[in-house]
Amino acid sequence: MADISKEQVKHVAHLARLAVTDEEVEQLTEELGAIIHYAEQLNELDTDNVEPTTHVLDIKNVMRKDEPREWITQEEALKNAPDKKDGQFRVPSILE
Amino acid sequence: MALFDFTIKELEEKLHNKEITVQDLVDESFNRIKEVDGEVNAFLTLNEENARTYAKELDEKEDAAASLFGIPAGIKDNIMTKGLRTTCASQFLDNFEDPLYDATVMEKLSKEKPVNIGKLNMDEFAMGSSNENSSYTPTRNPWNTDYVPGGSSGGSAASVAAGEVLFSLGSDTGGSIRQPAAFCGVVGMKPTYGRVSRFGLVAFASSLDQIGPITRTVEDNARVLEVIAGHDKMDATSANVEVPKYTEALTNDVKGLKIAVPKEYLAKGVSPEVREHIMNALKVYESLGATWEEVSLPHSKYAVATYYLLSSSEASANLARFDGVRYGVRSENADNMIDMFKKSRSEGFGQEVKRRIMLGTFALSSGYYDAYYKKAQKVRTLIKNDFDKIFEDYDVVVGPTTPTPAFKVGEKTDDPLTMYANDILTIPVNLAGVPGISVPCGFSGEGLPIGLQIIGKHFDESTVYRTAHAFEQATDHHTKRPQIGGAK
Repeated sequence: MADISKEQVKHVAHLARLAVTDEEVEQLTEELGAIIHYAEQLNELDTDNVEPTTHVLDIKNVMRKDEPREWITQEEALKNAPDKKDGQFRVPSILE
Repeated sequence: MALFDFTIKELEEKLHNKEITVQDLVDESFNRIKEVDGEVNAFLTLNEENARTYAKELDEKEDAAASLFGIPAGIKDNIMTKGLRTTCASQFLDNFEDPLYDATVMEKLSKEKPVNIGKLNMDEFAMGSSNENSSYTPTRNPWNTDYVPGGSSGGSAASVAAGEVLFSLGSDTGGSIRQPAAFCGVVGMKPTYGRVSRFGLVAFASSLDQIGPITRTVEDNARVLEVIAGHDKMDATSANVEVPKYTEALTNDVKGLKIAVPKEYLAKGVSPEVREHIMNALKVYESLGATWEEVSLPHSKYAVATYYLLSSSEASANLARFDGVRYGVRSENADNMIDMFKKSRSEGFGQEVKRRIMLGTFALSSGYYDAYYKKAQKVRTLIKNDFDKIFEDYDVVVGPTTPTPAFKVGEKTDDPLTMYANDILTIPVNLAGVPGISVPCGFSGEGLPIGLQIIGKHFDESTVYRTAHAFEQATDHHTKRPQIGGAK
C-alpha cells in the first residue's frame, strides 16, 4: 500500500464534500499519510479466517410497525433552517 | 464542607428534613460557576432562568419518590435538550438554539427531577482527548489550569471536579468519559454498548458511542446510571436486558473476586508513577480479600489503529448530515448546491473533525474498503475475543485508565498520532463493547489525579460498581478537592 497522493486527497475531499485549500491539501496529505502508515500495522495480523465485527451485540433486524405518529410540526422542522421559503427549505440552484 | 461534598443520598435526606432547599442547591451551582468557570470554561450554555424557576417549583412540592430530586446536573453538549442550545462545541451548530426534542436520557432523567444547570464543553463532535478541539474556549483542568481536563467529555468531568454540579452526563466512544474522569479525579462510567439509549446523542461512531454518568462518588454514579439505563424502542441498538439496581450492588464485599491485570496495561508507555499507583490499588484489593493475576490482551496494541479506522469511517457517514440545509450554519459564499455543502462544512468544522472525515471517507472509498475498513473490523473481532477469553476465568479486568496523568495545554496538539496514543488503554473497551469505569486512585508528584480503570463483562456493570466502590471506600482519594477558587 502506497502513500496517499495529493490527487487522492483532493478526490477524497470532494467525496466528503469538503472544500480544501492548497495548503490544507499539503497538510492533509502529510497527516493522512502518517495515520494510514500507522494503520498498516494491522497487516501484521492474519485475519483470513476472522469474521468482521460490525456490532458487539447479538441484535439483528429490529423491526417495528410502520405507523404514523405525532412528531415535530412543519413549522418546527423549519425553525433551525438557515434559509426557508413558503414552508420549505430553500437552497441554491441545483441545476447548472 | 460545601453542599456538593455530600452524596445524592445525603442531600436527599437534607432536603427531606428541610435543612436545605432545591433553591440552595441551584444557588450553589450558579455561585460556583460564577466563581470558577471563567478559568475552567466547563459550560457552553447556562440554563439559569429555567433552572431557578424549576427549583422553586420543586421546593413547592416535595416528591420523595424521585431519585435525583433537585440535584444540579450538567449535560454534555452533544446530547439533545429540547429548547436548549446544543452545539457539540462546533461552529457548525453555533446557531442550533432548539434541537426540538429531548434525548431519551433527558426524558428518563426528567422523571427523577434533577435540575439541568446547562450544557457542557467538549471536543468538537466528541473528537479529541484534551478539549483543545472545542471551537469555543477549551475547558481547563480544575486541579491545575495549565493542564488539560481530558476529552472529549472534558467539561463534564471538570464541572463535577470543580463543584459546579453534582453529576454530569458524558459520552464515551474511545475513552471520552473515563479519560477526563481520570484526569479530573472523578468517577466516570462507560456502560456496556447498548445499555443506554443513544437516541438524541449526536452520533460520532454509532457502533462505539455510549452515554454515561460522571460523579464524585461511585454510589452517585450507580444512582444516575440506574435512571438513564434501559431499552428504548427509539434506538434499535439498545439492548432489551433488565437493568439491575446498581446501588444495591455496592456491598463493600470483594472477597474472592478474581481480578485480571493485563501486562500490556502496565508495559512501557505507562508512566512509572501511574504504574506504582495501580500496584498500590492491587494491594488494597488483596487486603480486601480479592485475588489478582497477570493476563494478556495480546491484540490491545492494535486497538488504536483499529479504532481510528472504524470510528473515523462511521463519523464520515454520520457527519454527512451536516449539509447546511436543515439546521446549522450555511456558508454565504456559495453559488450552487454542491459548493454550498462544501463551503458550509469547511467553514463550520474544525481541523480535527475534517481530518477524521477525510480518513474515514478514504477508508470507505472504492478500492480501499477491504484493506482498511474491513481489516479493522476483523481486528476488532480479535480484540473482543481477547476480553471474552479473560472473562471466562476472571470477574473484572483492572489497570490504569490512562498511561500518564493530565498533560499540559498545547503539549500534544502538533501531532495527531501522539494525541491518539493517549487513549490506548480505554479504546479496547469500546471495541469490545464491555463496561468500564475510572475511579480516583491517587495523585502524581505534581498533584494531578490518577485513575484506576475497572472493566467488566457485558451487562455486568453491577460487578464493576461493586469493585470500584470497595476500593473507594477503603481509600480517601475521592474526598480530595482541587483548590481552585478556594477548596469546595
